[in-house]
Amino acid sequence: MSTRRNGITDHVNITRGFTGRPRVHDPGLPPGQYDAGDDWPVLSAEVTPDLAPADWSFRIDGLVAEPRTWDWEQAHALPASSYQGAIHCVTSWSKFGVRFGGVSLDAFLHGVRPHGSATHVVAYAHTGYTANLPLADVTGGRAWIVWEYDGRPLPAEHGGPARLIVPHLYFWKSVKWIAGLRLLDHDEPGFWEGNGYHERGNPWEEQRYSGD
Amino acid sequence: MTEQISGRTPRRTPERFAPPTRFAVPGRIGVNERTASVWRTATLTGIRPETPRATTFRFAVPGWPGHVPGQHLLLRLTAEDGYVAQRHYSIASAPDDSGHIELTLDRVEDGEVSGWFHTVARPGDRIEMRGPLSGFFAWPGDRPALLLGAGSGVVPLMSMVRHHRARDMRLPLRLLVSARGPEDLIYAREYGAETTAVFTRSAPEGVAVGRMTAAHVAPFLAKQPPSGWEAYVCGSNSFAEHASRLLVAAGQPVERIRIERFG
Ligand SMILES: Cc1cc2nc3c(=O)[nH]c(=O)nc-3n(C[C@H](O)[C@H](O)[C@H](O)COP(=O)(O)OP(=O)(O)OC[C@H]3O[C@@H](n4cnc5c(N)ncnc54)[C@H](O)[C@@H]3O)c2cc1C
Repeated sequence: MSTRRNGITDHVNITRGFTGRPRVHDPGLPPGQYDAGDDWPVLSAEVTPDLAPADWSFRIDGLVAEPRTWDWEQAHALPASSYQGAIHCVTSWSKFGVRFGGVSLDAFLHGVRPHGSATHVVAYAHTGYTANLPLADVTGGRAWIVWEYDGRPLPAEHGGPARLIVPHLYFWKSVKWIAGLRLLDHDEPGFWEGNGYHERGNPWEEQRYSGD
Repeated sequence: MTEQISGRTPRRTPERFAPPTRFAVPGRIGVNERTASVWRTATLTGIRPETPRATTFRFAVPGWPGHVPGQHLLLRLTAEDGYVAQRHYSIASAPDDSGHIELTLDRVEDGEVSGWFHTVARPGDRIEMRGPLSGFFAWPGDRPALLLGAGSGVVPLMSMVRHHRARDMRLPLRLLVSARGPEDLIYAREYGAETTAVFTRSAPEGVAVGRMTAAHVAPFLAKQPPSGWEAYVCGSNSFAEHASRLLVAAGQPVERIRIERFG
């Protein structure tokens, strides 16, 4: 368990001669993160899929009253919504002032009417990548399905044609090439969560690895 | 649960959800979550230059739980005022019982952590690390391996090559490694018949200069082991994109391509 806050830690293993780069305290930066500026590193573990918008679809099923699949046009017919703010990657970079355009996940969930017993979701990609999330983390205006970045189509290596974004959690939860959500009454580890990463991934609590 | 379990249905844990897609790349090994969350203090015991820009650092790590080739660790440096910088590094050495591991670091322009290693570090220095991490890019030596790396992306692949050699494995293993020129080729002296080097800017007499192409990759897919290859790709994102496309074009199944991007 780390007791570090704002990059300051209470452990005593000072590294001889290490000063680090000059730093200004930035309250917008979660502990242990740095501002990547204009860079946007790509860290997917699989081959970037060649997925045309016409072949993209998004499904919600599991513990819902009416499972449903949306194609590209049907998804675009939902009320537009955007996110502007920061994103935080577990590999230590954060990026500020990003703009994503798409639809709030609430609009999709509204259409399928989740059962009261649903507590978690597994979000999965057209590549088979998965991430688990508490349902509460993807409702209430905190998650989006997006197809635009900075006013242009989302590039394939960043998850285009469409990805999930859950910007208040580490970005591995923001499944690229999103294919669907399954609602469950229990938590089930996704791809990285089964590889030693944290179940929830809150950057402000520095929940990087299992046990943090 | 209040439901009655019928006599014929054995009680079992719910089956895990697997997406109805065709790409799913399974993990390779389970990661021990307890060992992965412990910070250990390692002592730098040796420094060995590999190229003008890359250097290998050897550490004694008390209690190191052992790793599988391909895995990485998280390393942190702490300044006097408590400021911490942490970065991921692949493990270059093969698993052994020496209580030591090796990392190879590229010197990144203005790099906070790699800069400290290349200019300040000396034997006896203590730094902290945690791991090994990620069971995804790991290669336990169970399947034929086709390895594609560029620059310092060859580091986790070298752990596999060394493991293959140390255990005298008969299983096929091939390494295709890209470097700017011969002087930038990390581990150059260690490669054997399993390795083909590709040079992008300058090459020895008689060797072509240029990017990795379909012609480099196709022969491996044309003559593959009966069970096919498990492909591992490592390097910058642009290399990873390029190399993984070459593999797919040559017929390597996407669900058998594992990619580690250094960002
Ligand atoms: C799984 C994994 C394995 C890896 N394995 C290896 C390996 O085996 N060998 C290896 O050499 N590398 C490896 N890397 C890369 C490594 O983690 C570091 O990214 C790399 O060493 C650079 O770190 P640094 O502190 O030296 O540079 P940083 O200080 O992080 O700088 C990197 C770049 O970002 C810029 N930058 C970053 N922060 C700031 C800031 N606050 N202000 C201004 N500019 C900034 C710098 O100018 C520079 O161009 C791996 C990465 C991953 C994800």
